[in-house]
Amino acid sequence: MAQPRSLFEKIWERHSITTNEAGQSLLFIDRHFCHELSFHAFNMLHGNNRTVRHPERTFAIPDHYTPTTGLNDADYVDADTKALVQNLINNAERNKINLFGLDDKRRGIIHVVGPEQGITQPGTIIVCGDSHTSTHGALGALAFGIGASDVSHVLATQTLWQPKPKSMRVTVTGKRSIGVTAKDVILAIIGHIGAAGGTGHVIEYAGSAIQELSVDERLTVCNMSIEAGARAGMIAPDDNTYDYLRGRPFAPQGDDWDKAEQFWRTLPTDENAIFDREETLDAASIEPMVTWGTSPEDVLPVGGTVPDPSQETDPKRREALNRKMDYMGLRPGQQISDIQVDRVFIGSCTNSRIEDLRDAASILKGHKARIPTIIVPGSGLIRARAEQEGLDTIFEAAGVEWRPAAGCSMCIGVNGDFVNNKERCASTSNRNFEGRQGRGARTHLVSPAMAAAAAVTGHFTDVRKMEKS
Amino acid sequence: MEPFTCFTAVAAPMDQDNIDTDQILPARHLMMPRDERYGGYVFKDLRLDQDGNEINSFVLNQNGFRPSRIIVAGHNFGCGSSREGAVFTLVDAGFRAIIATSFGDIFYNNSFNNGLLPVVLPEQTVQKLRQQLHDGPGAEVTVDLEAQTVTGPDQSTYRFEIDAHRRNRLLKGLDAVGYTLQYEDNITTFEEQYSDDAPWELSAAQKQT
Repeated sequence: MAQPRSLFEKIWERHSITTNEAGQSLLFIDRHFCHELSFHAFNMLHGNNRTVRHPERTFAIPDHYTPTTGLNDADYVDADTKALVQNLINNAERNKINLFGLDDKRRGIIHVVGPEQGITQPGTIIVCGDSHTSTHGALGALAFGIGASDVSHVLATQTLWQPKPKSMRVTVTGKRSIGVTAKDVILAIIGHIGAAGGTGHVIEYAGSAIQELSVDERLTVCNMSIEAGARAGMIAPDDNTYDYLRGRPFAPQGDDWDKAEQFWRTLPTDENAIFDREETLDAASIEPMVTWGTSPEDVLPVGGTVPDPSQETDPKRREALNRKMDYMGLRPGQQISDIQVDRVFIGSCTNSRIEDLRDAASILKGHKARIPTIIVPGSGLIRARAEQEGLDTIFEAAGVEWRPAAGCSMCIGVNGDFVNNKERCASTSNRNFEGRQGRGARTHLVSPAMAAAAAVTGHFTDVRKMEKS
Repeated sequence: MEPFTCFTAVAAPMDQDNIDTDQILPARHLMMPRDERYGGYVFKDLRLDQDGNEINSFVLNQNGFRPSRIIVAGHNFGCGSSREGAVFTLVDAGFRAIIATSFGDIFYNNSFNNGLLPVVLPEQTVQKLRQQLHDGPGAEVTVDLEAQTVTGPDQSTYRFEIDAHRRNRLLKGLDAVGYTLQYEDNITTFEEQYSDDAPWELSAAQKQT
């Protein structure tokens, strides 16, 4: 009998063209996404007089630097920013790669658009010069972020040399409580294994609490795999996956669909497959989570209290805690629910999909936001869907800003949407690093529902205690 | 790419764990072209305050450590984003080796494409090296890729492990694409077989591209 294999191993072996003397595999890349910051890679490619080997497998979507207030000249931070966006469009046209340009309704955040268009499929290898490429693993793909030199390598060869990563399975058993979202699940996982817990590994998320997640929710979980240090995160494809993909523009159609689905059904991890590491969490123990520090591993349930550095006996750890507390402007032992927020951001490749917007709307409905709040849809199509469902009316009635143009926005803060020095932001994004949302910005990562609750009450509030109208 | 064989330089200890790519290269500089200014962005917000004044507590601003070309860090150095600019700015500022107990995977990969050597050593060793550097600012460390050793200020030598392919590429300063194109026949054969096995995997729209 054949050796039982994991989802990851099946995809890895299917894409391995050859191996070299050091045991690295030359992997074939099915799908490659480029954004504005891929300019270094295009410069390398053109500088070496090389061409794009498979333009049909390459997709260019501007998302990092595009404004969210609109796409007129005045909406851009400055002329240089607009030129950077235009540079991607020029590179796409020059190399004849698929482009979702500025006037294209499908345009949005790459990691939202890929799945939404059905470009992301089970069993594929997907790369992009962006660490949150791990998102696409939610559909049973092996997807990971790469640097500019590797982007240039993929453009030229459609391949990458990779040492085989180790494998880890994170099993989430049981059932989530009401009010606990996919964001809380992944924050709890990162809190459990640490920001470097997944280093060198590909994580497969499994267990009943993962299987019952919708595809939108799975995308949120896999998105933050990199925040646990993992190379990639993935979830076995199942009926949810096929129901999600069927009929999407880039998914196989007709007879092709049947053949594809037949193949995809062979992908899930075999019984008795061996992982290098196994971790288990009980979903019932997970509560709505809030990060308090400057690493995603600095996370607590909303009912928790900020650590007290004076209780830390290890001097190095005490100093690190002091630094975090100082940067975040928090008091030792402060209740999470006592932390007042200055600003709320709902969006990013972690949480800007239709279900995220519905979650936020369900909390905002019938309430007024007390603090400045922006909501940025993940794609033009999500914006249209949200408006069709009347979510925009709820947002407007709550006094929050519903931005018309999709993009990365305040998650990375390079398109003009940023958090000011020492301002505190409840954010549905993925990184709370120092300066991530703007110099001196104090980021607390939360779910869309928790962000909306903070917008209404002005401080972190357990969504399970919010009155819904 | 400049080959890396053996490198000796002043080393700076950075005690903080999880020094992420936003600390190495703040996002607002990501759109800048890689020109003579690029090395100036390194650790920008750790080095300089908002008025552009040096932050005295940052190690590279302290006497003895200013000429550092090697960093001895803690745990998970270079975690976070895939920005290769974090490696570009370190290299352009003159750094050639980073010693740590672990690295962010993408940063680690990117380093080899730019002649920057990331060295993984056990926690005890890294702590000892940092302590010696704190005790004697300006002390030198040697990183020898051929011998796969690090020599500390007290002349103790530690062996490190590294993937043979990456080692070879750094030693020779080899261009990765050039190396891969030697496998052109393998790639073409694979592609033909792949589309025979799964003719459905490209959509109609992609086939028209």
